[in-house]
Amino acid sequence: MNLSALQWIVLCLVFIGFFSFWGRKNPRRALRSIPAFQQLRRTIELSVEDGSRMQISLGRGGILGPESAAAFAGLTLLRQVTEIAADSDQPPLVTTGDGAIMLLAQDTLRHSYNKLGISDQYTLRLAQTTGLTPFSYIAGTLPMILDRHVSASALGGSFGAEAGLLTTAAQSTAGFTLGGSENLGGQAIIFASADQPLIGEELFATGAYMEAGATHQASLRAQDVLRWVIILLLIISSVLPLFTSLP
Amino acid sequence: MNLRNRTPIAAAVAISFGFIILATLLIPGFDDLRNRILNWTILLAAVALLLGLANLFMVHFHKLRNREKPIYSFILLAGLLATFLITLWEGSQGITASWIFNNIQVPVETSLMAVLAISLTIAAARILQQRKDVMSIAFLATLFALLLSSGPLFGIEIPFFTHAVGPYINNFLSAGALRGLLIGVSLGTLATGLRILIGADRPYGG
Repeated sequence: MNLSALQWIVLCLVFIGFFSFWGRKNPRRALRSIPAFQQLRRTIELSVEDGSRMQISLGRGGILGPESAAAFAGLTLLRQVTEIAADSDQPPLVTTGDGAIMLLAQDTLRHSYNKLGISDQYTLRLAQTTGLTPFSYIAGTLPMILDRHVSASALGGSFGAEAGLLTTAAQSTAGFTLGGSENLGGQAIIFASADQPLIGEELFATGAYMEAGATHQASLRAQDVLRWVIILLLIISSVLPLFTSLP
Repeated sequence: MNLRNRTPIAAAVAISFGFIILATLLIPGFDDLRNRILNWTILLAAVALLLGLANLFMVHFHKLRNREKPIYSFILLAGLLATFLITLWEGSQGITASWIFNNIQVPVETSLMAVLAISLTIAAARILQQRKDVMSIAFLATLFALLLSSGPLFGIEIPFFTHAVGPYINNFLSAGALRGLLIGVSLGTLATGLRILIGADRPYGG
């Protein structure tokens, strides 16, 4: 790791700290509108009312690589969805393609059920590993979408091109689909086939938009500021050589 | 142990190890410590993989016992046990294990890939039914232009697309968009990592 990487980490930490403090003083400061999250909220409430089920796919990313951040964003989505829909007739089902993420999903579900005081309704089968390779994971998840009256599917995690099979299956049951991945190929596929795609860093904004806590909002604002810093640096580094080359 | 008592301990362990790894990256001379901790993590992830396999087994065993489409669960369990035992006996490079991989798993996954190609073609054709916005039109137009620029179609090559539009999209528009998306994903990854490091986000049930 060189010094510049450390500087980025420190800068991000400073901004998160600043916006945590500033956000407490200005709680009404709105985030920009992302239709995917608005529609997801409506869909969760509708699925609770009509007794249908939500299915959440956390992808095949593990905890060791860079794809783990996408899986953690998916776990945040899982926690927020569960806290709304867990006590419905058909609680959300979770699928993963990795053992470690399955354990974390089970832990997240257990914690949410405990928090809601319905721990007796929790079973380990609510979070399942359906396959350990990309396509076996999809092959194991497809029957859950097609057979279990799933009205909405949310994909939050690491997905490649195989995500297209999940989104098209969910649409064949006339269900709502929302999806986000850190993988660029997966994002393109999700853009083409999901009702509401999450593009770029939008997946990582899940916590802020699903009201997971003030730190999530603060880190989202920190991301926005850092993005502008990067844009400015790119423009300056492109324009500067023009002036330095002048006689 | 009670969950309320357990969570702070889990958080303390996670945060401590996160900071130790970060410190070993910044302070020279601690490579051995970092590698040792990362090896523990790899070992734990491997155990978690086995637990994932056990979960898959239990789910389908339960389905078989409750007769929920039992034929599929039976085939899965039989295949899983046979492959597991053969690979345990021969190793992953053994003749039978390789035969199973090359003649069962690869063709099945290739078939799914073929289904995916058809599904995506239909999805792309229906994109304007789902979302009638500028981005969807731009997506379809780019897709069409790239298709025309990918080479001769039915023996006809259109030089305007193959020599001008295609390379321009690939080398400038696509590369620029790709970098923009990667910057966003990197910042999201950094922020997620830091939230976990400072204990504000606890994916371990906290």
